[in-house]
Amino acid sequence: MKRYSAFAIAREAARYHTGWERAWASPQPKKKYDVIIVGAGGHGLATAYYLGKNFGITNVAVIEKGWLGGGNTGRNTTIIRSNYLQDPSAAIYEKARSLYETMSQDLNYNVMFSPRGLIMLAQTQHEVRGYLRTAHANALQGVATEFITPQQVKELVPIINLDGPRYPVLGGLLQKRGGTARHDAVAWGYARACSGMGMDIIQQCEVTGVRREGGRVVGVDTTKGSIDCDKLGIVVAGHSGVMAEKAGFRLPIESLALQALVSEPIKPCMDVVVMANTVHGYMSQSDKGEMVIGGGTDGFNNYTQRGSFHHIEETIRALIETFPMISRLKMLRQWGGIVDMTGDRSPILSKTPVEGIFVNCGWGTGGFKAIPGSGWAMAELMAKGHSPLADEFGLNRFAEGRFIDESVAAGVAH
Amino acid sequence: MLTLQCPYCGVMAEETELHAGGEAHLKRFGPGSSDEDFETYMFMRENPKGVHFERWRHVNGCGKWFHAARCTATLEVFGTYSAQVSEPPQQIKDAITAKRPGWSWRNFA
Repeated sequence: MKRYSAFAIAREAARYHTGWERAWASPQPKKKYDVIIVGAGGHGLATAYYLGKNFGITNVAVIEKGWLGGGNTGRNTTIIRSNYLQDPSAAIYEKARSLYETMSQDLNYNVMFSPRGLIMLAQTQHEVRGYLRTAHANALQGVATEFITPQQVKELVPIINLDGPRYPVLGGLLQKRGGTARHDAVAWGYARACSGMGMDIIQQCEVTGVRREGGRVVGVDTTKGSIDCDKLGIVVAGHSGVMAEKAGFRLPIESLALQALVSEPIKPCMDVVVMANTVHGYMSQSDKGEMVIGGGTDGFNNYTQRGSFHHIEETIRALIETFPMISRLKMLRQWGGIVDMTGDRSPILSKTPVEGIFVNCGWGTGGFKAIPGSGWAMAELMAKGHSPLADEFGLNRFAEGRFIDESVAAGVAH
Repeated sequence: MLTLQCPYCGVMAEETELHAGGEAHLKRFGPGSSDEDFETYMFMRENPKGVHFERWRHVNGCGKWFHAARCTATLEVFGTYSAQVSEPPQQIKDAITAKRPGWSWRNFA
């Protein structure tokens, strides 16, 4: 793999850009791998990357039904934060956020991490108390957040309307090093780095079955033939339940559609990310100038990657009250992704009833921010059998009643 | 927009008139049950990509709970039926079989 650098640009300019190589190879699958990861989204690719980087395991295939980064990795609102209430959550999300800080250098690929700051608005007295509690918890966890006054919110977000009749802004939880990153670049950067380590990324290859012998995994059947493996990582987000069924176990997961949309591009008007959890809306401005808006999930099981229109209406209606200037904006695009929701709204990183199979799922509505931390913990879990970051997120927590309850802590949107 | 016919009042109700109540026909386990049974009841879900049975409430209408049979891969509705049953009636099963031959859901087929 040739490194990207200013020198490389000059070198290629001198020869009319004929020397750029493909960022990653597209090989045919081998007969056997040490590890197969199902799902070439951010989490799957990050898992493969840290298996290679941290544990020297490079005989790895990442198998993808569609195209690389074409699921939720390319369908989110690119928000990165780690201001969670519970200790295990803060640990893994802050690990992820800190890895984002150096990801471009680490991967030699510009992921455009922009720690522009993130505010969660408190628009009810209940939220004020909740976020004060989170700020104190974050202080103990070593996550830098602070509770700020409405006037401080106004200074950071001049376009905000503090005095909405229904949803006045009573304060905000600010994480200065939260922000956004280029979502596709995260997948592409990991894919290029994995390919550079000799791993195989196999796209357009659907897993049709999981082969087991005596309670342990021996391989997978795919649309490109059978492939043997010693260990299998299932990292497929919304389709986790479908994959688990093929592997012969069940998951405490329900798949729902979550939507987002972007407006036409406008001049820079908001240089922080603002989340308004009471009204199920959040907004940031992309580098292109589009206002990127996320909403809430539908309430029913859905695998169609499109959500209900009235959710868009509800989200926009509430955001217009908080940001009156967006009322005349035209919306350019809307899309949906299938999110995998657990009962306590925390992820699952776990061994499974089948020896050699590991799952990484349940990131629900907030997986993008966690990609590097999730991959880091999943790689350690698969290589060593346990990981300090992942151990609390095991499947057994549901039977034991040991929940990591972020649904109450975060209000709604992740 | 998803529309379901309320089997009680007969109204073709739009999604905004309804509240989704999650997976149907759960076997309930309470105090004294094993951890495994309770976990299955509380958290484990079929979550199929295809035929699914669900509870819905006609919340902004007659207020009644009812059941719906629906495809989660296409959003097609196969029918709605009473909440007072522990298994889908035969006519609902037949309607599904007509469109999804070979379907199964838990121990129903």
